[in-house]
Amino acid sequence: MSLFDHKLTEIQSMIEKKEVSIPDLVDESFKRIAAVDGEVKAFITLDEERARKQAEDAQATGKTGVLSGIPIGVKDNIVTKGLRTTAASQILFNFDPIYDATVVNKLREAGTITVGKLNMDEFAMGSSTENSSFQKTRNPWNLNHVPGGSSGGSAASVAAGEVPFSLGSDTGGSIRQPASFCGVVGMKPTYGRVSRFGLIAFASSLDQIGPITRNVEDNAHLLEAIVGADPQDSTSANVPAENFAAGLTGDVKGLRIAVPKEYLGEGVSEEVRQSVLDALKVLEGLGATWEEVSLPHSKYGVATYYLLASSEASSNLARFDGIRYGYRAEGAENLIDLYKKTRAEGFGDEVKRRIMLGTFALSSGYYDAYYKKAQQVRTLIKKDFEDVLESYDVIIGPTTPTPAFKIGEIIDDPLTMYANDILTIPVNLAGVPGISVPCGFAENGLPLGLQIIGRHFDEKTVYRVAHAYEQATDFHKEKPEL
Amino acid sequence: MTRISEEQVRHVAHLARLAITDEEVHTFTEQLDAIITFAEQLNELDTSNVKPTSHVLDMKNVLRKDESAPGLDQEEVLKNAPDQQDGQIRVPSIIE
Repeated sequence: MSLFDHKLTEIQSMIEKKEVSIPDLVDESFKRIAAVDGEVKAFITLDEERARKQAEDAQATGKTGVLSGIPIGVKDNIVTKGLRTTAASQILFNFDPIYDATVVNKLREAGTITVGKLNMDEFAMGSSTENSSFQKTRNPWNLNHVPGGSSGGSAASVAAGEVPFSLGSDTGGSIRQPASFCGVVGMKPTYGRVSRFGLIAFASSLDQIGPITRNVEDNAHLLEAIVGADPQDSTSANVPAENFAAGLTGDVKGLRIAVPKEYLGEGVSEEVRQSVLDALKVLEGLGATWEEVSLPHSKYGVATYYLLASSEASSNLARFDGIRYGYRAEGAENLIDLYKKTRAEGFGDEVKRRIMLGTFALSSGYYDAYYKKAQQVRTLIKKDFEDVLESYDVIIGPTTPTPAFKIGEIIDDPLTMYANDILTIPVNLAGVPGISVPCGFAENGLPLGLQIIGRHFDEKTVYRVAHAYEQATDFHKEKPEL
Repeated sequence: MTRISEEQVRHVAHLARLAITDEEVHTFTEQLDAIITFAEQLNELDTSNVKPTSHVLDMKNVLRKDESAPGLDQEEVLKNAPDQQDGQIRVPSIIE
């Protein structure tokens, strides 16, 4: 039994009763990392000395809130002052941020202790964490399989019990898909809920930071701590923070659930389909009703996403040029040559592929046919969600079409890799919130995830449904053997 | 029919400021062609009267007061620069 098998409120009550101290919690984290991270490879950088000192200080000053003294892992595309932040890219191999992301500031105020930075696909581009420039993270449930991506380190570290929770980022499924693959809870909030200041930008109209945890209640606590408008991010929405955990009543009587037929159709494996139907039965048993609906433009999501996200990325990643920070190539003859060599040597293949695609889609003569067309289809996809959510409280389906695939299995086939995000991408395009919660295991023992999607800024309902389902099932109590 | 030629790939790589080997030109041409062909499924949809979405939230012109505030510290900023001299970042010559 690990300390992190307890939920946050239980840990806090143990601290209060002096059964456990904050240094004990941080120690538990580093002990577990020492024991299993050689195999799981979730962390890129650890911050042990500082974390242990913060734990001593926090213990001395006394705790104040539900997150006080809790160790956390942070995805390595979220900048942390004085703690190397690489976005898992060679081009930022030595980058030492000079300020903290807004979410990091908020967490510090809430009292969490950052133990280290988590592995990911380079610049969050990927669905398996195999695109990291530094290491391949492995799925704690089966080390031959991927943890998902791009927040693979964030999901694997929580599943492996190295930290009770972590932060990830989600542009097309990068929180929900690895949460599903690793059997943990991952929330992508409404676009604009959480400040993106200090998140190394991939696709600015889609990126959102969100929490990954072992259970829904902890997830709600963590989200509450990081939401809110931020003067440093003009796309953060002026919507007040909510006590999401207070809404976890367990009551879903009369809840209207929409189940898109496109989410249980072609390409979705039979065991995934069955796990979702079983979950719907559980929710029916609790008094909810469900009906089949259609999100007719779902099948265009992947193409729309790759055009838009790559276009935005080609612009956002222009800043990595070897001048102000990060890697700089040797032996360049002039400035243009320096840019070209630095970027060629500093970026990995998938990042280059997407920069090329995006540059092409935005280039003169192709802009209308590709970029603008994709923006128009985005309008149709967004409207699909709005229409359905007018008559239903939530949309439910699988998070991914299959359980975690094997390391190396599809890394050489970009289109097959992209198709893995077919059920999560439309949610980012529409900007609505979505969560993945454990909903069973495949025949090969790997976890499956249920995706619950809500209206803009209605995370409260999404959490209520996720929590009611979780409390009625035991899947979240299972742990991988490591 | 191919959607993208090797010549176009070289041009795009130049626009994107990426040095590219002949082998990469070949691989990227094949892969980008496949991705663009896949993306052309969007042409099945008639979008002639559909407004483009660049951003999902209904917000525009977010303004703040025009007040001065301290910027980043020069020494801190220079800390990450690969090459620097006398408080400035050094780059190869720009003017021939």
